[in-house]
Amino acid sequence: MPDNQQKLIHTFSALADLGQEVAHKNNFQEMISTSLHLLLGSLAIMRGGVARYSRFGHELNFLAVRGLGDDFPLSASLEISDEKEFLNAGMTDIEVSQAKMLAFFQRYQKVLERKKIEIIMPLIIRDELVGLVFLGEKASGEPFTDLDRDIVRAMARHIGVGIHQRNLMVELERRADENRRLYDDMRLTYRDTVKAFATAIDCKDKYTEGHSVRVGKYSEIIAEELGWGEEEVEGVAVAGYLHDVGKLTVERNIINAPYRINAKESAELNKHPGVGYEILLPIHHPYTDVPLAAKYHHERLDGRGYPDGLSDSEIPYIAKIVNLADSFDAMTTDRPYKRRRPANEVIEDLKRNSGKQFAPEIVTAFYNGMLTELTGKDKRKRFRRLLGREYMESEGIVPLLKQALNGMDGTSSLTFIGAG
Amino acid sequence: MNTNFEIPVRNEGETSIVFASDYLNKISGEKIERECKRQIETGCKTLVVNFKDTEIVNSIGVSILLGVIDAAANAGTQIVFSEVSEETNQLFEMLGLTNHVKMAA
Repeated sequence: MPDNQQKLIHTFSALADLGQEVAHKNNFQEMISTSLHLLLGSLAIMRGGVARYSRFGHELNFLAVRGLGDDFPLSASLEISDEKEFLNAGMTDIEVSQAKMLAFFQRYQKVLERKKIEIIMPLIIRDELVGLVFLGEKASGEPFTDLDRDIVRAMARHIGVGIHQRNLMVELERRADENRRLYDDMRLTYRDTVKAFATAIDCKDKYTEGHSVRVGKYSEIIAEELGWGEEEVEGVAVAGYLHDVGKLTVERNIINAPYRINAKESAELNKHPGVGYEILLPIHHPYTDVPLAAKYHHERLDGRGYPDGLSDSEIPYIAKIVNLADSFDAMTTDRPYKRRRPANEVIEDLKRNSGKQFAPEIVTAFYNGMLTELTGKDKRKRFRRLLGREYMESEGIVPLLKQALNGMDGTSSLTFIGAG
Repeated sequence: MNTNFEIPVRNEGETSIVFASDYLNKISGEKIERECKRQIETGCKTLVVNFKDTEIVNSIGVSILLGVIDAAANAGTQIVFSEVSEETNQLFEMLGLTNHVKMAA
């Protein structure tokens, strides 16, 4: 085979391999090392290196070197004027011996000569200097021919593209991280704001202090027990915190009335779900259905709730959860006109109203949450913190919960619409 | 990538023989370069790189061999390439590697 033909086959196969490396290698460092091998090996160049340029630090950092020895500096500064000179030169090889007027070469002349660097090729991609390739002498001792320079330029362009892609990837990852952090900050701010609102709502009613926060927490427990995802659990907790926001517009003396309120007062109070919905609707919540939970948290499966008398399938699921959490808190806290009820009574009550007021699977999830805590399977003491240890550990609760769970059909929603 | 392969080496007095095999043509071939350098550092006078199981040598292989040649030149060790196929021999000649090594049958 004639020499020229064999040489072309050798260099073109190197070029093809280099294209593959840049396009398919996931490991950037390995891609650069292999690329340098391919470049040096294609023309039998004794030594060389590939450096990446950082525009922010005005720094060149060598990613791979061959035959340059341990004393070769792996980092070098690059002035803005150097960058401009390289950009002006374009992606063309610069002979070190001919480039002594350039400031960069003046600064590094000694080391470049000592290491027998003959050619420097700026890597310019999309008008941006992404790095430099340094090449030493050929093994043949012959000078670089025009064809050699064309080959070097073609291969260097591939390496430049590889570095450019990597830079883009790093920048994308950085922006994604920044966005994630911003999003997390916003979520925290939102949640803190929601909690502040919940406190404000509860301040209106001296008897139900902490009610909204507790409803939020019970709702969260139910959603967790139902196996919902983290964001959905957070969303239902928020719905719980804000479910009574409409009460902000209800007269304080109605909310705090130390007696059973009359029909007129009751009608006034019963407006709070609709008002809450109107308040929450214009807000861009990061979670869906928060306004709906406020509007429908007094609806019942059997259609006897308010404001719209919806029945099972018409009630948003989130509202069913908040409904149970709200009712449970009402039963387990002192009210102006009645004392909190014992735990065993409340458990019985939830079971009795399962399928009428409450969705059975939500009652089941709530019982499960209690039981796993009381039997120590869940080490978090959430119910104890919310209700008090003595209340939660009253005798007979665990067997009662187990018995209730055995008798529950927790798989379907509306099972029975009773007379109530 | 298999990086656990063993580099076959034979020592005969002051001569070390390293068998290049086909691993030379991959990035894992750097292991061959390291072994050659290790033999040079241990003080062998002659380092023989044997190509009897090497069908072709690509650009990565050439680059790795240049690394060996450079290390040998710095240490004053003589390099011999042996059992090189005709095609590879032509390539080494064309690229100028034969200026730095002795070719043996």
